[in-house]
Amino acid sequence: MSQAVRVITLNMDGRDISARGDQTILQVARENNMYIPTLCHITGLSRVGSCRLCLVEIKGINKLLPACVTRVEEGMEVKLSSERLDKYRRSILELLFSERNHVCAVCVSNGHCELQNLAQKLNMTHVHFDYRYPRLPVDGSHERFVLDHNRCILCTRCVRVCDEIEGAHTWDMLGRGVNAQVITDLNQPWGDSETCTGCGKCINVCPTGALVEKGKSVREMTKQRQFLPYLTLMRERRW
Amino acid sequence: MTPEELGEITAKQEESERQFKHRLHVCTAAGCLSSGSDKVKAALEKEVKDRGLEHQCKVKGVGCMGLCANGPLVADKPSNVMYQNVTEDDAADIVKSLDTEPVARLECPTEMPFFRRQVKIVLENCGRVDPEQIEDYIAASGYEALVKALTEYSPGEVVEQVLRSGLRGRGGAGYPTGLKWGTVAKTDADKKYVVCNADEGDPGAFMDRSVLESDPHRVLEGMAIAGYAVDATQGYIYVRAEYPLAIKNLKTAIRQAEKLGLLGNNIFGTTHSFHIELRLGAGAFVCGEETALIASIEGKRGTPRPRPPFPAAEGLWGYPTLINNVETFANIPPILRNGGDWFARIGTEKSKGTKVFALAGRVLNTGLIEVPMGITLREIIFDIGGGVPDGRNFKAVQTGGPSGGCIPAEFLDMPVDYESLKKLGSIMGSGGMIVMDDTSCMVDVAKYFMEFCMSESCGKCVPCRVGTYQMHELLEKITAGKASAKDVLVLEELCDLVMNTSLCGLGQSSPNPVLSTLRYFRNEYLAHVDEKKCPSGVCQIHSGEEVTA
Repeated sequence: MSQAVRVITLNMDGRDISARGDQTILQVARENNMYIPTLCHITGLSRVGSCRLCLVEIKGINKLLPACVTRVEEGMEVKLSSERLDKYRRSILELLFSERNHVCAVCVSNGHCELQNLAQKLNMTHVHFDYRYPRLPVDGSHERFVLDHNRCILCTRCVRVCDEIEGAHTWDMLGRGVNAQVITDLNQPWGDSETCTGCGKCINVCPTGALVEKGKSVREMTKQRQFLPYLTLMRERRW
Repeated sequence: MTPEELGEITAKQEESERQFKHRLHVCTAAGCLSSGSDKVKAALEKEVKDRGLEHQCKVKGVGCMGLCANGPLVADKPSNVMYQNVTEDDAADIVKSLDTEPVARLECPTEMPFFRRQVKIVLENCGRVDPEQIEDYIAASGYEALVKALTEYSPGEVVEQVLRSGLRGRGGAGYPTGLKWGTVAKTDADKKYVVCNADEGDPGAFMDRSVLESDPHRVLEGMAIAGYAVDATQGYIYVRAEYPLAIKNLKTAIRQAEKLGLLGNNIFGTTHSFHIELRLGAGAFVCGEETALIASIEGKRGTPRPRPPFPAAEGLWGYPTLINNVETFANIPPILRNGGDWFARIGTEKSKGTKVFALAGRVLNTGLIEVPMGITLREIIFDIGGGVPDGRNFKAVQTGGPSGGCIPAEFLDMPVDYESLKKLGSIMGSGGMIVMDDTSCMVDVAKYFMEFCMSESCGKCVPCRVGTYQMHELLEKITAGKASAKDVLVLEELCDLVMNTSLCGLGQSSPNPVLSTLRYFRNEYLAHVDEKKCPSGVCQIHSGEEVTA
């Protein structure tokens, strides 16, 4: 018999809510249809807390904490949104837009992009930081897929899905700071990769148009995410 | 090894030292080594041999004596005459004068405040013992604290002593060491680890480097005591690969300690076993952050992860891990030897003991110093440091490296402790202290540290990765005389964002140099922005680009 998990109550944005003690703030919020923006997080993969969009305010704690990794506790008072949080979240999105070359009008993911959707949802009307306009390559060496570094936000979903679900670990990170980038194998062209199975999971978890299928035109790239919760459930239940 | 055997080694070592009428201590730590102390040592050895004085005079390589500005340093024991700026050519004169008057032109005034005002606990053996000889360390009461801990104290009592000492983490944040030890000790796990953070990376800081190079056994002893206190049998020292001498001396020290049974299985015949291994960092500043350091030891990419869980609960390979800095561990043996209460009598109410600082920049006596907590900045810079050279005026002192801030002249009389420095918008940090005079432009200083943070950001979280880049761009713009008043507002906004939303300490503290210079030297920023002028004349601003309304 599994160890009993404590049931606790907490308060989110003024609502009293009951939850299991092993859940994260994000899980509880979603169960109760309360919105917290996320970008690096995707259910079914490990949680890294790197995009910082899901930061929430917790009464009695000075620091803002990421909802995706912070466990709920008895009596916790959480603010999922506030003027300050909204401002920070917009600024973080603006930083992402300023970092690389996100040109929605010519993007295959236009209309299906998580970054774009978040910008709309959080009322990001403009970017008040200077754009970096870096010169970045596009890797089209794979027969079915394309990697466009210009649209990558370094969420590492591709790295995690390839390692944790597919078990290939084709993707990894190279460099640091703004010079960090995703790579295949030991920074070889994707088409030459000996570990890539061509499963396409990375394409489907990528939130933007950085990883896409070849042959798509503007707005045509839609991503299929159903496989992830399904595979996770299968593994949990050992089907 | 038994406690009695330890005493025998001490007696034998003291006896062998007594055989020599003179012992010439030559600093062989990084500072003096870079100005050629290895050649000085060889020349002295040759001179002693040529004169047939081998049985009267011993030339001994020791660790840092502190006054790095005037290296290479040579000291004669037991007369305590000290020589500075020694070259190979001076060897003959020094050896010739051993039984007569000291060589006046080389003499270093050991009566000056630089030496008198210091209180040495961590550095007590630096410049005294040969770092490559365990017997020398043992003769200086080495491993006595470990014997005492293992034979007289229970693990709980060791933690109690550390708690009573009031020692706080010397890596910078100042978390109470006893509390951390107690937390790890209380966790229930099959395995626990002790990790020594020797990934010192602040620009201008070399405290840990000196301790490791000059007195490596002290750190090993501190770790072994920690292992006993928290019930860990394996320790790792994460040391940066840029410290080859520290690594060499540590390797030698570990081998010697293992050979004598001071590390390994059943230390002093007790049930306590403790092993130490080295792990070399590959040059990333962020690996000084504890979760990134753990990832790096595990062989992964050195990036931090959100805390909690803290390493004390889930650290190396998921096991409870005690992580302390080099200087923290170096404080442990004297605390155990003399008792926690002894240590608690030194320093201020909330900051106990001493702190080692690497004094650098525009100050006469650059080098390594150890001072009691609560000493004022003025005493450090003007008494010990000897003030600003070339008749220039003091402008600010930077503490805490890229995570710290600049403190202006008006606060020179503030005591140096964790709380006071924090109140001033800086931090204690690991102990880097850079003095600046009126030839420094504070915007340029802020830009320097921001560039450091930007290039050392691991790139994992967005605010640090892109925020430090954007802040650096704005500082570039300001120093180039191309910024508007709005840019300063955006810079301040970014400081607030990056400080409050970054994942780890690197990002969270990266705005500190900017915030503190904005706080105390805002007029310098405004001069760059409004008048397109750099008051210190450091920044190259081309007036031709000025737009007149």
